[in-house]
Amino acid sequence: MQEAQPSRVNDFVLKLANVNGTGSASANGLLMKAIFRMGVPVMGKNFFPSNIQGLPTWYEIRVSKEGYVSRSGFVDLMVAMNAETYAKDVKEVRAGGYLIYDSTWPRDKSLAREGVTVFGIPLAKLCNESFPVARTRILMKNVAYVGALAALVDIDVAIIEQLLREEFAAKPKLVDSNLQAIKLGYDYAKQHFPCPLPLRLEKMNRTAGHIMIDGNTAAALGCLYAGATVGAWYPITPSTSLMDAFKMFCETYRKDPETGQRNFCIVQAEDELAAIGMVIGANWAGARAFTPTSGPGISLMNEFLGFGYYAEIPSVIFDVQRTGPSTGMPTRTQQCDLMLCAYASHGDTRHVCLYPSNPEECFYMAVEAFDLAEELQTPVFVMSDIDIGMNDWMCRELRWNDGYRPSRGKVLSREQIMALKGPLQRFLDVDGDGITYRTLPGVHAKGAYFTRGSGHAKSGKYTEDEVEYQEVVDRLLVKWETAKKMVPTPILTGSGRNKLGILSLGSCDGAVREAADQLARRGLQFDYLRVRAFPFGTDVQSFLDSHERVFVVEQNRDAQLLGLLKLETMVDPQKLTSIRQYSGLPIDCRCIVDGVTRTLKKVVAA
Amino acid sequence: MSFIAKPKITHPGMPKNSLGLTAREYEGTMSTLCAGCGHDSITAAITQAVFELAIPPERIAKMSGIGCSSKTTAYFVGKAHGINTVHGRMPAVATGANVANRELYYIGVSGDGDTLSIGLGQFAHTIRRNLDMLYVIENNGVYGLTKGQFSASADLGSKAKRGEVNSFAPIDPVLFGMSLGASFVARSFSGDKAQLVPLLKAGLMHEGFALIDVISPCVTFNDHEGSTKSYAYTRKYSTQVVSADYVPRAAAISVSYEPGTVVSVDMHDGSHLLLHKVAADYDPTDRSKALGYLQEHRARGEIVTGLLFIDETRPDFHGITNTTSIPLVNLPMEKLIPGDAELKALQKDYA
Repeated sequence: MQEAQPSRVNDFVLKLANVNGTGSASANGLLMKAIFRMGVPVMGKNFFPSNIQGLPTWYEIRVSKEGYVSRSGFVDLMVAMNAETYAKDVKEVRAGGYLIYDSTWPRDKSLAREGVTVFGIPLAKLCNESFPVARTRILMKNVAYVGALAALVDIDVAIIEQLLREEFAAKPKLVDSNLQAIKLGYDYAKQHFPCPLPLRLEKMNRTAGHIMIDGNTAAALGCLYAGATVGAWYPITPSTSLMDAFKMFCETYRKDPETGQRNFCIVQAEDELAAIGMVIGANWAGARAFTPTSGPGISLMNEFLGFGYYAEIPSVIFDVQRTGPSTGMPTRTQQCDLMLCAYASHGDTRHVCLYPSNPEECFYMAVEAFDLAEELQTPVFVMSDIDIGMNDWMCRELRWNDGYRPSRGKVLSREQIMALKGPLQRFLDVDGDGITYRTLPGVHAKGAYFTRGSGHAKSGKYTEDEVEYQEVVDRLLVKWETAKKMVPTPILTGSGRNKLGILSLGSCDGAVREAADQLARRGLQFDYLRVRAFPFGTDVQSFLDSHERVFVVEQNRDAQLLGLLKLETMVDPQKLTSIRQYSGLPIDCRCIVDGVTRTLKKVVAA
Repeated sequence: MSFIAKPKITHPGMPKNSLGLTAREYEGTMSTLCAGCGHDSITAAITQAVFELAIPPERIAKMSGIGCSSKTTAYFVGKAHGINTVHGRMPAVATGANVANRELYYIGVSGDGDTLSIGLGQFAHTIRRNLDMLYVIENNGVYGLTKGQFSASADLGSKAKRGEVNSFAPIDPVLFGMSLGASFVARSFSGDKAQLVPLLKAGLMHEGFALIDVISPCVTFNDHEGSTKSYAYTRKYSTQVVSADYVPRAAAISVSYEPGTVVSVDMHDGSHLLLHKVAADYDPTDRSKALGYLQEHRARGEIVTGLLFIDETRPDFHGITNTTSIPLVNLPMEKLIPGDAELKALQKDYA
C-alpha cells in the first residue's frame, strides 16, 4: 500500500535512464530548460558512455528551490527507458519514489520494488501509431516522456512549446511533430495517473539574471574575450567542445566583414605534443594562444611544459579533467590531474593552476589565465572537469567590463628596445619580482635573443656554469613567490572563527556548500575555504593554522589536494582529514556529510 | 671547436647589400662544432643567402630542435630571434610562430635524428600544412652528441666508425617529403656552396614549405671508409639533375642556356627561379615522374641533387585557412574583443 507522500514542491530529483544514440540528450535538455524557464533553480548532469550508440546513458535533473545545484545523492523519480539497466535503476529510487517505464512490452519482473510507485506508459506503441518514419518513432519516444512528465510534475506546457519553437525555428515541421509527441505523453499521463504528483513544480522567480551554459562554452567565450587569436588542439573527450565553441564564436565575431578573412587561426594538430608546441610558438611570437585538452594530453605535453617554464614563454592550457589513470573512463569526471599539472615535466618545475568551480568562473578565469600567463611568462592551467565542462549549469549572466585591457606583461616595445643601453639581458631581474623583460621577434634587431631550454645565464646565453645556472633557477623561485600574490585568492565562507574547516576546490563547491548547510542544521558549524589557484597564498596557510580540524574534499583517489597542502604549506598533517569521491560521478553532498560525521564520531569516541 | 671570440671589426671594403649591411652583420656566435663539420659550411651558406637577399635581420626567426644541427641556429644572424626547442618538435613551434606572425622568414634547421626519428610525425604534418618556412636538414646519418649511433637516414649496409653495419632501411627525407605533397624539395651537399646558396635563396622566397636535405658529413663519427655519408662518398656518387639560379625581382635574367634546357618559375614576390636541367630527362615540376627518377637512381646508390621539385601554385597554410593577411600579432585588441553589448546579446541563446 502506497503511503501518502508529503508535498515536495520544487525539491526533488528526476533521473532518466536511456540508451545512447536515441536522441534522449535533446529531450532531457528540453526538460531541464523548461524547468529553468519556470524560474526554478535546476541542475542537470549527464552520465554518458564513451560510445556513439547503444550503451546506457543517464541524465539526472535536480530541482531545488533552495538553489542547491549539485547532486543530492538521491533519486525521486526514475524514467527507466533502458531495459538493460532496469535492475540498477529501480534500486536507485528513494523509498516513496516513482518509476516510469515503457509499457509497450510486458513489465519486466525486475521493475518491482516495495515502496516505489511504478507507472507504465506505452511510449513506443503511442509513437508507432502516430509517426510513420522509424527514426522519428525512436526520437519521439523521448519527447513523449517529456510530455508525460509535464503532466506528472506540472511543467508548463506553454514553455515547452516556446522552447521547441526556438529550437526548430528553421524547421517548423519538427515543431509540429515534437508537440504532437508531447501531447501523446501528456494526455496519457493525465488520463491514467494522479496528476500532479506530490513532487511537482511551481513557478518561482529564482532564475532571472541567470543563464544555462556549460563550462567549455564559457571558457571558449573567455578565450574570445581575452583576445586569444591562436588555438591549437588535438581532439580529446571532454575538451573537444571547448574548441568547437571557440570556432563557432570566432566565425561570428572574428571574420573580416569585407574580405571574409579570419582574424584567428585554429590548428588541429597531429597530437598533443604538437598542439602545445604550437601554442608555445604562437605565444613566443606574441599572440595569445591556448590549447584545450584532458589528462592524457597533459601527459604528452610534459616535455614542452617544462620548456615553457624554463624558457619563460606564456601559454594557456585548459585541462578538462576526466577519470584516470591511463585511458580511464573518458566520459566520467574526476579531479585527478592536480599533481600532474602542478609539477608537470622533469626537473624542478612548478606551474600556476586555476580551479574554476562552475562555468561562470571558467569564463572569468580563462581571461585571467591569459593575463597571468603573459604577466608571469609561464604556462598557466585552467583546470575544470567533465562535470563543469560538459554539463549545462545555471549561472549568473556573464558580465564584461569594456574598460578591460589585456595585461601583456613585461614586453619591451620597439622604442624601449632602441633605448636599451647595451645588449638585452633577457633574464635579468630588474624589478626584483623575478619577472624579467622579454622581446618579440620581428620588432627590432637590438631586441634579438636566443630562446633555449638548455642551461642559460641571465643574459640568455648558453651556460654550463654552476653559478650562472643557479642564478636563473633561483630567480624563478622569486617569480613563484610573486605568482602567489597574483593568482586568484581563495574564497572563505563562514565566520572564520569556527574550529572546524572544510577546504576544497573546483566542482566540489556546490556539494560542499550544501553539506555545510546540512551539518549546520545538526549543530556543526564549519568555515569553508575554496582554493581557487595554485600556488597557495598566505590565506590558505592562515586558514590551515586557524582551524583545529580541516576536512579536505576532492574528487580523486589519492587525496592530491591534501598532498599539495602537505608539500606546499607548513600545515600539521595530523589535522587534515581527507574526504574523497572518485567513482567518476560528480560528487554529492551526502558523501561529505557522511564523511564528516563519521570522522567526528571517531574523534569523539577516541 | 674554437673558444676565441669573434672579432667585431669589419673591413671597410666589405661589400654591402641593399640594406647597407655587410655579411658580417648576418653572422652569429662562434660555432662550437668540430673542426671540418659540414654543418658549419651550411651555416656559412645560410649567412650568405640571407645577406644576398637583403632580408632585415629582425625579420628572420631561427627555429631548431635538439642535436648538433639544432645548435647551428645560434651561429648565424645573431640579430634575429632564435628558439632552440625540444627534440623533434621544432615544426610545431614554427607552426605556432608562423600562424601568429606570418611576416617573418622562418628558417628551421634540423638534423636527421631530429627530423626522421623523434620528429618524423611533426615533420610530416608540417609538410601537409605547407607551412611557409625554409626547412634545412643537416643530414649526416649519425647521432653526433651521443657519439655515433646510426640515425634513420643511415643507408642499409653503411658502416659505423667502430665497424657495425647498419641493417635497417633508411628514410629518405626527399622521397618522404615528395610523397606527402611537399611543394619545394631540394637536395644538396654541404661541400657545394655554389649549389646550396641559390637553393637556400629559392627556398626562402618560396611561399610554402621548402625542404632542403643537405648531406653534411660528420667528421668525427661518419666520415670513414664504408660510410655512405662521408665527404668522399658524397663527392663520388652525387649528381646534380637541376641547378637553380635565383633571380631577384626586377633584376634582368642574364645567364644564357641552351634552348629547351631552362624553365623559369615565377615566385610569389615577383622574383624568378631559373631551373637548368642538367639531366635532360628530369622534370622538377612533375611529381610522379620526378619520384620515379629519384627512386630509380637511389636504388643504384646515386645521390641526386639540385632542385628536385617545385610547385608555386599550392597555397600555404595561411592561404588554406584563410587567415588575415595582417599578422595576427598586429591585430589591435579592440578588433578582437567583442565587448559587453555583444556578450549580453549572445547570452540570450543561453537563457
